[in-house]
Amino acid sequence: MQDQLYQDIILEHWKDPQNFGTLKDFDRDVSVQNRYCGDNIRLMLKFDKNKISAISFSGEGCAISIASASIFTEYLKGKSVTSLKKINQEQVLNLLEIELTPARTKCALLIFQALQKALV
Amino acid sequence: MKDLKNIKKDFTIFQNYPDLVYLDSAATSQKPTSVINAVSDFYKFKNSNVHRSGYRLAELATETYENTRIQIGEFINARSSNEIIFTGNTNQSINYVAYGWARKFLVSGDIVVLSEMEHHANVVPWLRLKEEKKIKLLFIPINKEYRLDYKPIFENEKNLQKIKMLALTHASNVLGTVNPLKEIISYIRRKKSDIKILIDAAQSIPHLPINVQKLDIDFLTFSSHKILGPSGVGILWGRENLLEETDPFFVGSHMVETVTKEKATWSDLPDKFEVGTSNLEGVAGFSAAISYLQSIGLKNINIHEKDLTDYALKIFKQSPFIKLFGPKTSDSRLGIFSFELKGAHPHDVSHILDRQNIAIRSGHHCAQITMKSLGVSSTARASLYIYNSKKDIDQLFTAIHSVKKTLKI
Repeated sequence: MQDQLYQDIILEHWKDPQNFGTLKDFDRDVSVQNRYCGDNIRLMLKFDKNKISAISFSGEGCAISIASASIFTEYLKGKSVTSLKKINQEQVLNLLEIELTPARTKCALLIFQALQKALV
Repeated sequence: MKDLKNIKKDFTIFQNYPDLVYLDSAATSQKPTSVINAVSDFYKFKNSNVHRSGYRLAELATETYENTRIQIGEFINARSSNEIIFTGNTNQSINYVAYGWARKFLVSGDIVVLSEMEHHANVVPWLRLKEEKKIKLLFIPINKEYRLDYKPIFENEKNLQKIKMLALTHASNVLGTVNPLKEIISYIRRKKSDIKILIDAAQSIPHLPINVQKLDIDFLTFSSHKILGPSGVGILWGRENLLEETDPFFVGSHMVETVTKEKATWSDLPDKFEVGTSNLEGVAGFSAAISYLQSIGLKNINIHEKDLTDYALKIFKQSPFIKLFGPKTSDSRLGIFSFELKGAHPHDVSHILDRQNIAIRSGHHCAQITMKSLGVSSTARASLYIYNSKKDIDQLFTAIHSVKKTLKI
C-alpha cells in the first residue's frame, strides 16, 4: 500500500532535487540541522537588487526534507527580500500538498529554518 | 521458571496494541504488568515519605525502598548495599562520578580514557571536565570488526603515567558490540593498578549478568527503564571506600547529618548521595522489574536472544541491499542492529516501518562520535528484548523490503 506521505511529487523532488548544489558567488551561506534524525541542510543565496538571483541547497536528509527544500527553493527564486520575510510556516507546508505528522513537519520546515537564519 | 514463549501476555502494552512489533528496547524497555502494578500499588498501599516519619505507612514505604537497595546490591553482587545509590538515570550517575570523584582528584594533564562507542551520557560529562580542569580525553578507536582496539593507548608509556580513569560502555547501543570486560580490566590492572574503572552498563545489564566484585571495577552505572523498570530511577554503584571520598553532586536535604548557619555535614553512605525525596514509586517498580527478570532467569534470556540474534544476522547476511553496522556473529554481541538501507534515509525507513506497526529508531542514537567513526550521520536501529520473536524479525525484514517499493528505489 502506497504510503500517503510518499506521493510521486515527493519522490521525484527527493530523487532529483531542484537547485541542489552550491553557489560559487553568494551573499548568504547558512547551515541548519535537525538533531533528532540527522538531517542537515546548507542554503546559499545570491541577491541582485534585493531579489534572489541565485539559490542552492545541499546536505543530507530524509525524503521529506530534501523534497521540501527542492520545492521551496524553486518557489523562492526571484522573490524580494521583503516578501521573503513575510513567508510563514503554513505557506511552506502548503507547497508540499500532503498531510504531515508533527515529526515530519520538522523535516519539511528545515529549509524554512535555513531561510530564517539566512535573513537574520 | 517462566516460559518466554507467551511472554507478551505479561506486558499490558501488547494487550493494548496486539499488532505492535516493538524493536526499540535499546531506547527503553516495555514494562511487565507486575511492574506497572508495583508503581500504582505504592501509591495505593504504601505512600508516605521515607526514613523520617514514625508511622506504620512510613515504615512500609521505607522498607520497600531499602529492600530494593539490598535486592539490587545482590543483583550485581555488591559487597554492601551502602554501595548502591539511587539516582535519576545512568546519565546522572555518570555525572556524580565525573563531578564528585574525577573533578575532585584529577588535575590538569591527567587523562580519562573513553571509547568511540560511548553514549553521550558517558562523553559529555567528561568533555565538561576537560573544559574546566584541562584534563585530556583519549578515545579507544572502533576497528573494522566493530570492536575496540584498546591496547595501543595503554601501551604508550607517556600516556600511561597520566591515565587516571577509564570510563567504558559494556555494550554499544549502536553496534551491539559487547566489550570483553574481564580481559580489558585484567590487562589494565596489570598495566597500572590505580586507574579507576567506570563501566556504563545501561545497555548490557538488561541482557548480561554483572558481578561487580568479580569484575574488579570501581564504578558501575545503569538505568531502571531499560531493564523492564520505570523511568526516573538509575543506579550508581561504587566501591565503598571510593564513594566515601567522593563529594556529593546535589546537596540539600536527606543527605545531611547536621545543618547550621555556618555549615552542613554529610550523612553516611548511601544517603550522602540521595538528595531530597527520591522517585519512591519508581524504586518500587524497579524492584518488581528485577524480580520479574529473575523469574525468567538471565540464562534463559541469553539463550532466547542469541537464537534471535543468530536468526537476524543470517537474514542481514542474505540482504546485500542492507548495510549492517556491527559484528556479524552473535559472539559477544547483543541483539542491537544499526543498519542502512541503500538509497533510503533512516528517517524514511523508520516512518514506513511505523506505518506497519514496527517501532525502530532512526537518528544518531545519542552517539554522534560513533556515527562519525562509521562515516554516517544517522542509522536505522532495531533492538531486541525478551518479548521479541522470530516473527517480529520476519516482519521487520518484510517491512524493509516494502520501503524499497514505497520509495521506488
